[in-house]
Amino acid sequence: MASSSLSSKTTGLGGTPARLSRWRAMRKWLSNQEGWVFIFPWVVGFILLDLGPYIFALIISFLNWDVGRPPSFIGFRNYQAAFTDPLVGKSLWNTFYYTLFHVPGSTVIAFTVAGLLNQKVRGMPIWRTMYYIPSVTSGVGMALIWIWLFAPRGALNGMLGWFGIEGPRWLTSTAWAMPALIIMSFWGVGSSMVIFLAGLQGVPQHLYEAAEVDGGGWWAKVRHVTIPMMTPYIFLSLILGVIGSFQVVTQALLMTEGGPDNATLFILLYIWIMGWNAFKMGYAASISWILFAIIFLATIVQFLGARRWVYYEYQEPG
Amino acid sequence: MAATTAEAGQRRPIALRAFRWTRRVLLYLIVVGGSFVYMYPVFFMLRTSLTKESDLYVVPPIIVPLPPVWENYAIMWQNGPTWSWIKNSLIVVSFSVVAETVTSVSVAYGFARTRFAARDKLFIGVLATMMLPGAVTLIPRWLIFHRLDMIDTLWPLLIPRLFGTAFYIFIMRQFFLTLPRELDDAARIDGASHLQILRKVVIPLSVPAIATIAVFSFMNRWNDFLEPLIYLLRTENLTLAVGLRFFVSRFGTEYHLLMAGAMLLIVPMIVAFFLAQKQFIRGIALTGIKG
Repeated sequence: MASSSLSSKTTGLGGTPARLSRWRAMRKWLSNQEGWVFIFPWVVGFILLDLGPYIFALIISFLNWDVGRPPSFIGFRNYQAAFTDPLVGKSLWNTFYYTLFHVPGSTVIAFTVAGLLNQKVRGMPIWRTMYYIPSVTSGVGMALIWIWLFAPRGALNGMLGWFGIEGPRWLTSTAWAMPALIIMSFWGVGSSMVIFLAGLQGVPQHLYEAAEVDGGGWWAKVRHVTIPMMTPYIFLSLILGVIGSFQVVTQALLMTEGGPDNATLFILLYIWIMGWNAFKMGYAASISWILFAIIFLATIVQFLGARRWVYYEYQEPG
Repeated sequence: MAATTAEAGQRRPIALRAFRWTRRVLLYLIVVGGSFVYMYPVFFMLRTSLTKESDLYVVPPIIVPLPPVWENYAIMWQNGPTWSWIKNSLIVVSFSVVAETVTSVSVAYGFARTRFAARDKLFIGVLATMMLPGAVTLIPRWLIFHRLDMIDTLWPLLIPRLFGTAFYIFIMRQFFLTLPRELDDAARIDGASHLQILRKVVIPLSVPAIATIAVFSFMNRWNDFLEPLIYLLRTENLTLAVGLRFFVSRFGTEYHLLMAGAMLLIVPMIVAFFLAQKQFIRGIALTGIKG
């Protein structure tokens, strides 16, 4: 088995002369390998479902593979085609646009709401649940609701009408379809909100007291205590937010199908169209590697930038 | 005279109290008002699903539709093989929750509590699968399952769940690391094996964290859209989330029926969340998910 050969290499079995002590060493070594039993399922899954497919995807991206016909090697032609495909450019631009507003917006909203929900207010469990429910129901259910909210004569335009504003035709307007999806995404901040809430409860009270002694008001406490102490959580939320945001697809598939006029064509939606509507698996794989490279770069840049602003010095007691 | 001086002495505290009081009222208004803004789409869906089509655009809008129009649900239900969709979703979800939770817990135990040479290097692999975009694996996995002749069956949605999920392994490992090591050292001295320590010592202490990943698993599998979309083909083989996609094209602007369909998807989630809520919130707080 791959696992045992791998580990025997790393654990050098010293040459003990007596047969008995060799037997003991063997038993000790064996008991140290017990961990493999627990991790084994993940190792198998990692090889079959992650590592293998990644390598396979790289190979596919160099092939002309229309499902049903034998694949043929075409070198970098898929990548060349992708770089000159105006729809790849368009969908990347759309994905950037969405990320640029969705990630910072959701982080600020989640942070603010978490701050509010950390106050002493009666009935707090109920209010927390109400903020969290839309995130629980995320995906298809929420998309269906927002189709109706964004309808030309739907609730949103009804409300705008109270103020004498004639609302746009949200999902069928090239200018407003993307803002509509961004607005809708702000209802799904529940999971980062819960993480922030957990973080806020770990900020030591004595730091606030110290700020108060120094005459700091409400904003000074937020600015000089809460935000610095929360930076690790904010960082995690940004990292996972960007990764998720670049792979957004469900809402667009259900609500706009990429339209109108490709205004909400996200990159993963385009991969899906190329792979499962056009059945150009090789081409779709090459676009997915471009997406991979962008997400990878964005994550690395954020990790490098983190040294400047993420505060890790403090260790929680206990 | 004495009364006036006392009054003067109290004036500032009264002003301060009034200020604090206004601040509290404002806080309540924002917290409660905001929670209604967040719940508004859900209320609105419930309302619409019970409204007559002719009443959808009435001004002023009807807040509570009386009498509720339950027929909307009947019409929605008959418009597709709804029962098969629910059955498929239940198969996928119940299998996934059990499989993902059991495997992730035991793998996480391996990473947190056993020692062997390659352990920490392998954990980097867990972190990598968490961070790297899954979009790349979509195509190769589909081609593999295609080769195995499993397209249009539930297998591609079930098999990957048997190997643990990186994010849940990560959460559980972080949680296990916070448990005092003395507990399992004591059990070890008493001759307990790793499996016994996991079952008798570690799991009983980890109920909130396990509940958390079980809820995550339930939510993610029930709402999962892209995977069933690419693997399932025939209408009766779909899961509920993908099946409802047909409602969008079929019902078009019959929003009362669309909302009845959305209710079908959302209500089980809300119920599950309420059932697990206490453990779930504690689990999130205890695992201290952090970078």
